This record gives sequence, C-alpha cells and structure tokens, in this order.
Amino acid sequence: MKQLLYSKKLAPYLFILPFLVTLAVFWVVPLGRSFVMSTQEVLYGQATFIGLGNYERLWGDRIFWQALFNSLRYMVLTLVLLVPIPLALAALVNSNIGSARIKGFFKASMFVPALTSVVVAGIVFRLIFAESDSAMMNQVVEFFGFGPVRWLRSDLTGLVALLAIALWRWAGVNMMYFLAGMQAIPTEYYEAASIDGANKFRQFIHITIPNIKPTVVYVVTISIYGGLSMFLESFMLYAGNNSPNNQGLTVVGYLYRKGIEENDLGFASAVGVVLLVVVMTLNISYLVASGTFKKEAA
Amino acid sequence: MAAQPTARRSIAPSTAAWIQGAFLVVIALISLVPLLAIFVGTFQDGNEVIRRGMTFDVDLGALSLDNYVLLLTDSGPYFRWFANTLLLTVAQVAGTLLVSSFVAYGFAMYEFRTKTLWFVMVLLVMTVPFEMLMLPLYVQVNDMGLADTYTVIALPFLASAVTIFFFRQYFLGIPKEIIEAGRVDGVSEFGIFFRLVLPITRPAMAAMAILNGMLCWNNFLWPLLVLRSPEKFTLPIGLNTLLTPYGNNYELLIIGAFFSLIPVLILFLAFQRAFIEGITAGAVKG
Repeated sequence: MKQLLYSKKLAPYLFILPFLVTLAVFWVVPLGRSFVMSTQEVLYGQATFIGLGNYERLWGDRIFWQALFNSLRYMVLTLVLLVPIPLALAALVNSNIGSARIKGFFKASMFVPALTSVVVAGIVFRLIFAESDSAMMNQVVEFFGFGPVRWLRSDLTGLVALLAIALWRWAGVNMMYFLAGMQAIPTEYYEAASIDGANKFRQFIHITIPNIKPTVVYVVTISIYGGLSMFLESFMLYAGNNSPNNQGLTVVGYLYRKGIEENDLGFASAVGVVLLVVVMTLNISYLVASGTFKKEAA
Repeated sequence: MAAQPTARRSIAPSTAAWIQGAFLVVIALISLVPLLAIFVGTFQDGNEVIRRGMTFDVDLGALSLDNYVLLLTDSGPYFRWFANTLLLTVAQVAGTLLVSSFVAYGFAMYEFRTKTLWFVMVLLVMTVPFEMLMLPLYVQVNDMGLADTYTVIALPFLASAVTIFFFRQYFLGIPKEIIEAGRVDGVSEFGIFFRLVLPITRPAMAAMAILNGMLCWNNFLWPLLVLRSPEKFTLPIGLNTLLTPYGNNYELLIIGAFFSLIPVLILFLAFQRAFIEGITAGAVKG
C-alpha cells in the first residue's frame, strides 16, 4: 500500500483513473451500444439483427429529412447571427473611447441571459411571442405597421422566435470570448499600424481578426455542434416535442420522439448515429479548412 | 481595457463616445427586457399573462402581491423542488471539483506513455454534445437499475472534460519545486496533491464551482430523462410540468421561474469576474 502511494510510475494512472472509468462506462459502452442497436429492431427488450434496415427506413423517412433540414437551417442561421454580431460588439467595447462604467453595465447586461435555464428562457420567450395582439413582439411589429402575427403557428415566424432565444442567450457569451481574445493582442501591433497610416477599420481587418482567429475557430466549432444538437429551445418554446407540421422538430427532437416517447430504440439509435456522423464531419472539415490541425502539428 | 492608439480626426472623441455609449445602453436594455418582463409578471395575474402574453402595456392598477403570498403560503411542491435542486447542485459541484481536479493533476504533473492518447480523449469528449449520448446512456442506466436516482444524474459527469481541461491549465502554471519539496519531505504523491497543491488552487476552484454550479442548477435534459417521482423533481423539471395547456397553476409558473433565477443572479452580482472566467473557460487556448 505504501509503495502504491509513493510510486511515481503508477501515480499518474491512479490520478486519471476516474476519467478512464467514466470514459469506459458512460461513453464508450453506450456509444458502442448505440451503433449495435442501430442495426437491430428492438421491441420489448427483444433485439433482432436487421442490418442496415433502420438506415433504409431513415433514408425514406420524410419527417427525418425535415428534422435534419430544420437542424441544419438553425445551425447556419445561428452561425450567421452569433459570430459577426458579438464580434462587432466586442470591437466596440474594446475600443478606447467611451465610458468604462457604461461598458461594464453593457457587458453585465449582455451576460446575464446566459445564466438563465433553457426552461425559464423558453417560458419567457413563449410569452413574448404569444399570439395576442398585446404580446410584446406583436406590439413591436405593430409599431412598424404590421401584425399581429401568430408567431408559433407558422414555420418562419417560429424560426424567428427560436433564433431570438439563441441570440438573447449566447450573444453576450460569444462577445466575452472575442473580447478576451482581443485584450490579449499586444497594443504595439496597433501602434505600429497607425504609424503606417492604417485606419481603425483596416486595423480591425488586418490585426484584430488574424490575432483572434483561434477564438473564432472555437466559437464556430461549438456553434456548429450546438446548432445541430439543438432540442430544448424548441421543446420549451412549443411547450413539448410537437409543433405545427413539425416545424420546430430537430434531429435530436426526432431522436427523443422515437427513442424516448415511442421506445423505438433501434431506429432512434440510427438517427443518433447519423447525427454524430454529420456533426463530426462538419466539425472536422471545418477544423481542417481553418488550418487548426496544421498549426498543432508544427 | 486595452488602450489602442487612435488616429481619429473626423469625429470629435466626445461625440463618438456619446454615440457609442447611447448605443450600448440601448442594446443592454433590450437584453434586459425578458428578465424585466418576468419580474413584472410576478405581480400580474398568472392566467392573464399566459392568455395574453408578456406585454409592454402593463396595467399598473392590476399589479398585486398575490403571487408572492401564494408562493410563501402555498404548501405546494415549489420549495421542495428548490431544496432538491440546491442539494443536488451542492453535492454534484463538490464531487465534480474533487474528481476533475484529481484527474487534471495526473495530466498536468506526470509524464507517462499513453498520456497524449488519453488527453485527446478528454478533448473528444468535450466536443461530443450530450444530446448524442442521451439515448444510449438512458438505456444503460435503466439496465443498471439506477433510474430515478440523484446518483445517476451526477455520476456520469463528475469527471467533467471541460473542468479537467481548465484545472490542467491551472496546474501547469504551478512551480514544480513545490512538488519536489514535498517528495523530499516524504509526502506521498496523493498527499502532495491534497495537502500542498489543492490549497493553492482556490481561484480555479471558484471559477469552476460557478460554471458547474450554474450548469447543475439549470440542468434539464438529463434529469428529465432520469427522474420519475414528483418528490424528486428539480426546479427546471418542476417548472416544466407547470407549463401544460391544462395547467391551473400559472401563478406559480411565473413567480417560480423568477425565483429560480435569484440565487444565480445574486452570485453573479457578487462574483462577476469568476463567473465570466468560468463560463468563458472553454475558450482558453490549449
């Protein structure tokens, strides 16, 4: 026992043992089972091997394609919103003009939404995007001469509500990521550039952007998988997993419906495997394209 | 704030600052509207709010403290959920900090043959969203007979990849002399970790306590799958049950949602720095 406690050779393995056990029991085994189950028809605990049967069913399943389309669309739109907007806000806060107090208030106010649970956020946004003409969003569009809109009844307006939740909760966090990256850039770079006559905008393009690239890569990566695995926002906004014509159904929502609600474990596992493959493919291609692996190898 | 030199001539600095300040204040207020709306909602008739939605057109005369009276006098389940969430959060955060820092120490302080392989696994686990794991994990814990327990809510996440990653970064910055001195004094490898290293890890502990505390307090999907008995419900699960179309407890829904925010908000106002550090931890360059 004493030898065990003092052995420098064994110690590292004992230290990382909890991780190894977690990895085996809660990741490798379940994910492995997921692959196995995806080739089976599982009914009342009876599993029958059916090869690629579930995948064939998936290929011909219109609702699955709709869910995949919804997830991809949401992912792309959150990327379009949640990278440039926080980047611009971070640049604004990082500039040397303006009062530090206002900036402090701004940062805190933008960050607070990230503290709310998806349950609370969903409840509030469901009520902000309510159908009655006195609901907040209808009052806003009415001010501009439109509406009232029955937001959650049709596809695109429902999507607007979902994107509003995403923007509200994550714009502040992404802004903080970018801000941390910007504050790590040595001020000499900017001094040199302004001596060379570069204006603010050119400085932003040629100094700020290249220097915060690792942060941008990180934010894009988490946004890709966060967007594709979105489920709870829709679940809360539509008060359940059912929305009109499945307009709010995502891949994870479909997985939840098939696996948890309908107990069709084999088919749901196939949905999960496809999702995993899509996420991994997108993320790895993005990381390769952005040159992240090259840098780490060097 | 990093000062950047300006070559701005076109607009006077004070005007630019004024425009920037006004813009930031407007955006900040928009960002606060949903929270203010729910706060105002706590004074309104719940059924009315559910029927008409949150509105800018608040009838000030109809505001009352009825919901507060209801919440504080009602023998309903709300404070049970609150206590459950608190208990689970404290236990899970304590466990996560201990286990994850323990693992991180192994990665930071030793050289061993398969280290890179296992550390890549940590990074991989970080990039697989829980949503992909939920179904097989759900089947797994049902088979293990662990459904409907708090143990199973916490256990798969005690060795948390993000937390391990963050602690490892922190440990890499600790001078190795401390460890060597411990060895010379005859302290065991684990004694060094518990007695010499852990006590100087407080800032990292604070940031990770906050990150994990918030995640546990707000945790929804996994408890939704695991918990069956109403007496074990946590706040997010309980609040969700109030949001049914046939609900008769909408007063409790709004004020309950608001009260569930309060502990997190108070901690945020008190420890803003640690919060931001904890929640943006993932972006630390590896």
